[in-house]
Amino acid sequence: MIKAILIFNNHGKPRLIRFYQYFAEDMQQQIIRETFHLVSKRDDNVCNFLEGGSLIGGSDYKLIYRHYATLYFVFCVDSSESELGILDLIQNMLLFTTVCNFVMQVFVETLDKCFENVCELDLIFHMDKVHYILQEVVMGGMVLETNMNEIVAQVELQNRMEKSEGGLSAAPARAVSAVKNMNLPEIPRNINIGDINIKVPSLSPF
Amino acid sequence: MPAPIRLRELIRTIRTARTQAEEREMIQKECAAIRSSFREEDNTYRCRNVAKLLYMHMLGYPAHFGQLECLKLIASQKFTDKRIGYLGAMLLLDERQDVHLLMTNCIKNDLNHSTQYVQGLALCTLGCMGSSEMCRDLAGEVEKLLKTSNSYLRKKAALCAVHVIRKVPELMEMFLPATKNLLSEKNHGVLHTSVVLLTEMCERSPDMLSHFRKLVPQLVRILKNLIMSGYSPEHDVSGISDPFLQVRILRLLRILGKGDDDSSEAMNDILAQVATNTETSKNVGNAILYETVLTIMDIKSESGLRVLAINILGRFLLNNDKNIRYVALTSLLKTVQTDHNAVQRHRSTIVDCLKDLDVSIKRRAMELSFALVNGNNIRGMMKELLYFLDSCDPDFKADCASGIFLAAEKYAPSKRWHIDTIMRVLTTAGSYVRDDSVPNLIQLITNSVEMHAYTVQRLYKALLDDISQQPLVQVASWCIGEYGDLLVSGQCEEEEPIQVSEDEVLDVLEGLLVSNLSTPVTRGYSLTAIMKLSTRFSSLNRIKKVVSIYGSSIDVELQQRAVEYNALFKKYDHMRPALLERMPIMEKTATNGPSETVQTNGETDSTILDTKHLPSISQPASQANDLLDLLGGNDVVPIIQTTVPTKPASAGGELLDLLGDLSLTVIPPMTAYNKNGLIIEFTFERSNPNPNIAVITIHATNSTEADMTEFVFQAAVPKVCSFPSCSTVIRKHIFISLIFLKEQLEAIKHRHFKIRVPVYFRQGLLKSYIMHKIFFFSGYCWHLI
Repeated sequence: MIKAILIFNNHGKPRLIRFYQYFAEDMQQQIIRETFHLVSKRDDNVCNFLEGGSLIGGSDYKLIYRHYATLYFVFCVDSSESELGILDLIQNMLLFTTVCNFVMQVFVETLDKCFENVCELDLIFHMDKVHYILQEVVMGGMVLETNMNEIVAQVELQNRMEKSEGGLSAAPARAVSAVKNMNLPEIPRNINIGDINIKVPSLSPF
Repeated sequence: MPAPIRLRELIRTIRTARTQAEEREMIQKECAAIRSSFREEDNTYRCRNVAKLLYMHMLGYPAHFGQLECLKLIASQKFTDKRIGYLGAMLLLDERQDVHLLMTNCIKNDLNHSTQYVQGLALCTLGCMGSSEMCRDLAGEVEKLLKTSNSYLRKKAALCAVHVIRKVPELMEMFLPATKNLLSEKNHGVLHTSVVLLTEMCERSPDMLSHFRKLVPQLVRILKNLIMSGYSPEHDVSGISDPFLQVRILRLLRILGKGDDDSSEAMNDILAQVATNTETSKNVGNAILYETVLTIMDIKSESGLRVLAINILGRFLLNNDKNIRYVALTSLLKTVQTDHNAVQRHRSTIVDCLKDLDVSIKRRAMELSFALVNGNNIRGMMKELLYFLDSCDPDFKADCASGIFLAAEKYAPSKRWHIDTIMRVLTTAGSYVRDDSVPNLIQLITNSVEMHAYTVQRLYKALLDDISQQPLVQVASWCIGEYGDLLVSGQCEEEEPIQVSEDEVLDVLEGLLVSNLSTPVTRGYSLTAIMKLSTRFSSLNRIKKVVSIYGSSIDVELQQRAVEYNALFKKYDHMRPALLERMPIMEKTATNGPSETVQTNGETDSTILDTKHLPSISQPASQANDLLDLLGGNDVVPIIQTTVPTKPASAGGELLDLLGDLSLTVIPPMTAYNKNGLIIEFTFERSNPNPNIAVITIHATNSTEADMTEFVFQAAVPKVCSFPSCSTVIRKHIFISLIFLKEQLEAIKHRHFKIRVPVYFRQGLLKSYIMHKIFFFSGYCWHLI
């Protein structure tokens, strides 16, 4: 089970925080700090998972992370597949790293598609959108969908729904984008109007 | 009131803050604005405000005052509002707050909404943070959605159902009908989540498990399609079609096939196919292969398949990724007992892993190597293991040394090889060798009669080099004490005999006595060795001097020994040669009493106790004294019996006092020990079929709740009785019977007969060791001393 998904930058500033298990607010911040501390120390060449910090439950938890340019994507996974059986972490290790790596990849690629060459700023300014995308990939700590096209399609449809609703908040934005998209022909600067011979037809009075 | 600023504005503003304090100030200002906006119950801007609140929450600022607002948003008709409202609920609310229950109605309505995305939102929220009450109320709706044909909703409903089952396991039955045709879906997302749901149900309930067994053919078919179908761009990952679905199915098959013949048979083919067809160049392929291996091992697969699985693991050992190597070694370790031959084939690869850089891998490889040692490969394996012992971390050395000793004992091709191996271990890792190996080795050496000269020579030479490794020194001094005459007379056949004089030998031994490197135990060994040499060497005076000096040693143990040896010289010189004679061969069997064998410290019969568990409980060289002085009646001087195994029973009579009259039937049962929950009782009777046999039954009872483990009942009993083996675990009762024959008893009537009971047992974390309970039996009198 995925216990938490964290995205933060090279300085530890959080860009997206999603916990799938209850943690008090201050605990959440502490976990973010500790995770950043653990992950930032690692060489990029070493295998990309390590034991969880003491806060999230110690050695039963593993952190699987990837470093993309200025961002760290971290999945915090626990050893049990279901809450019942504590399956051997060793057995699951291979699977977890593979799955999480892949899901991260899907997630990032989806972000890329949705934001068009996503960068950190996009995540900063569109935190809610990123959450919505994530919601289509992981639900309740379990992987929901791995087909990127599906995910992108569903996200787009929902965004469209939101846009169509519009409302006051969207109106100015829509106006602006409408003006932007308007195809205005070139207006000639010098209008040379010569003599105009206007012939007005006689209209019968009614 | 001006319109609240947009999220974008807020973020931009906050980013301009240069210090934490500045940021906090901005946020507080905005929070105040948001609060007043909330108070105005403004529907238009609510979603904007909540979005800002969520952002501030992510930065770590309190946002609880927005919880109710989230609920209002959820209740709104607009999709935009609902979206941010549900997100807010998931981030800000949890089941600890009563407020969350207010959502239930909204979610219920939204689960039945006409727009699938709204339904999706509701499912998502319920599946993430639904409490047990909410789940109970809404399970019916989820179940309905599980049956829909809309694949978008169906997959979400499946994961939501998993959450519901985890929260309220009793509701699992409710979802059973809906699972009927989950697997006939084409959509991979639905298949994936359905398999997760089925797995969850099977893990929680054995009934469900047997019910779902009938799905095995369907699962096999789906898996087959995945493998056999051509390239499908949608699901392709590194050339493999939807690997995650494959893995999920493999896991479910594992659960369904475990312990069931029919299911296991149905999956044999597909498992073989997956195992052979999967690409291994990428990690995804390896993950699938590993899941396949785990499944093969867990179900009742045919042997060919198991061999295939082990070969896959063997291939993993050559992989560059150390995680894969580690995972493979761990799995091989689990299967080495059951599929020994198949694992043997990969022995050389495993042995290579001993040279790996990673510590955990080295440890696993070591354990596996020991498991693979057998009579055929002992020589080669030992070479590698000894090399490993040389170069490994100190943490490993103790385990490695013990393992080598065990392996050598079991499979040594020749005595000379065995002795050489031991020597090698002692000299390279001598200080890491466990204490209990010393008596084991001594016994081994004693029993290799023809190697005595060679052994003592090698040990002597080792001593000349290095006296810091205590186990080596102890074994060496014991040997020199025993076989010093062979050393001096240069009788070695195996190698070039060395020239050494008696004085030189005594120099070495005396050197051990005074060296700061020697522990008190070692000193004890060397003093006794010197004493023994008094009958083997001619330089008596020197030995006498040494012994008398140590009569005033501060170390009480040394002092006692020296005093006793002194007494031996002075008063009992006639007994000295007999006492210090060569040790007889020591047997490790249970049926011989100590009149024939010298019981080494605690490691008596391997049938009685598990030697690994028992710690060293007494001094090695003088343990003979411990056990025997009780048999020697009231004499101070320990009498070491000089019997050779073939001697008749009467030899035992010299030492042992036995029961007088055989009127045992009048003797009532007695409780010998009653403490810490352990009760030991003695009952006495004559054996019914044969009245010439007296039977003393020792009944050990565990009156506590917990088991008592490592129970050792050791007795120094006369040779006349047979001492059966005794279990090491007392759950409730253990019976040990001592049998005496009338004839032998009658021979020695009036003297005393003792049974010494060193009892050791462990209960949970509490160790208890009872020592030196000696039971005197004489005639009709039974005394506890």
